[in-house]
Amino acid sequence: MNLDSLTHTSGEWLRGSGPESDIVISSRIRLARNLAAFPFTNRASNGQKAEIEALLRERVAKLELEPKLSYLSIPALSSLDRQLLVERQLISRELAAADGPRGVALTPQETISLMVNEEDHLRLQVMRSGYSLEEAWQEIDRVDDLLEQRITYAFSEEFGYLTACPTNVGTGMRASVMLHLPALEYTKQIEKVFRALQKINLAVRGLYGEGSRASGHFYQISNQITLGKSEANILNEIQSVIPQIITYERQARLSWLRDNRQGLQDKIARAYGTLCSATMMTSEETMDLLSAVRLGINLHLIEEITIPTVNELFIYTQPAHLQKLRGTSLDGEERNAARASYLRQRLREAGAHPN
Amino acid sequence: MKCQFCSNPATVHLTDIVDSHKKELHLCQSCAEQHHLIQKQELNLPAILQSLIGQHLGPQTDELARLTCPACGIKYMEFRAQGRLGCPHDYVVFRAGLAPLLQRIHRSNHHLGKFPQRSVLAPEQQAELVELRRRLQSAIDREAYEEAARLRDLLRRKGCHG
Repeated sequence: MNLDSLTHTSGEWLRGSGPESDIVISSRIRLARNLAAFPFTNRASNGQKAEIEALLRERVAKLELEPKLSYLSIPALSSLDRQLLVERQLISRELAAADGPRGVALTPQETISLMVNEEDHLRLQVMRSGYSLEEAWQEIDRVDDLLEQRITYAFSEEFGYLTACPTNVGTGMRASVMLHLPALEYTKQIEKVFRALQKINLAVRGLYGEGSRASGHFYQISNQITLGKSEANILNEIQSVIPQIITYERQARLSWLRDNRQGLQDKIARAYGTLCSATMMTSEETMDLLSAVRLGINLHLIEEITIPTVNELFIYTQPAHLQKLRGTSLDGEERNAARASYLRQRLREAGAHPN
Repeated sequence: MKCQFCSNPATVHLTDIVDSHKKELHLCQSCAEQHHLIQKQELNLPAILQSLIGQHLGPQTDELARLTCPACGIKYMEFRAQGRLGCPHDYVVFRAGLAPLLQRIHRSNHHLGKFPQRSVLAPEQQAELVELRRRLQSAIDREAYEEAARLRDLLRRKGCHG
């Protein structure tokens, strides 16, 4: 698999389609699994990690999946390529930064990714554009069943799928939905929503997971509890609150529009104007401005640009993507200039040929 | 206040109530020890530390703190310090510590989700295989190649490569 091909697509989660895609960016489920006969990754020697990798790689290659998964060894990748995979949410920051034999198996559409020798031997991930948790579950459950025919998982009747960290034991499942919530944030109702979610044991994180800031007003909502509930139950709990949050965000958008249409229109026009003409642009500022433009498109306040284009800009202006596009490594200042120039060029093209 | 027996400063104060009459004793450390009113005190640091850790981790700590997984070699205290277990068998060996921990994290300590369709390995089998692999690794590290070959054979005969 040639990673350069990734820089010609925006990946599954930013396809900008699927149910409720004005607010729900993507749905993602991951399962943590371990081999029964090996120590967990943190306790495995490099020799054992190599054995685990070879074994999983061979079994994954035999899976009856169409299209086939391609395997990438992480130590063989440049740090830029690793960062590229992190930005596309195909591998975790932890896997990118870890030591020893490890890798990831991917489908070309980037819907399935199987991380090898992360905190657990195997981390399965399925991603869907828009609000499609159910579909993501069907897919990951099928892949898990296929793998299980060839791999003896560490499992106990009492505690379920056994994981290196007790916070993942049981189903080993983390289901998450990524939402774009600019109006709830602007109207300061977002804290209220978070507090309500925490009470029912759902976690809220930023775009790139644990500890990351919610840049661009993107939020990931996921389950925290993995033991004592069935997968269907966990999914139901998330699915029972997401439609409410979507409704709140839509209401907040409409009341913003009703109460201060001029101000909102101005904010969006200024964001678009800055993106079209600035000559230096940080990643953070780009995210915030694109977030405003994305909101403007969904509210029909701006017509020069489409959602798939905005989504593409979100991902291509990330540091590793930008450097891949330029074909050279750039320091912080150079990146800001390259980012601004890239944005100007893309928006000029989009403005010349509005869809 | 001075000791009631000698004139050293009193550091031990005892109050006894007999038939609603209060009796007070004010003694220095050495007179109190001499009269067997208190036990000779030594600062037992390990015991104090142990009791502090015990307060932090719960009542069974003493026993738990001594546990080591025979399969992967991780100690219970190492797990508590790092937050990561060493192998699947730890869920059996550290069960007494894990069950309450899981209850706190998940408000449950019993799996209700998916089961593998095939039969899984019994816990003892999982443990045996992990242990064999650990011995194999240590044989390789010690360059004891004959032993390593024998262990590799044994693992192969167990018919489990994953």
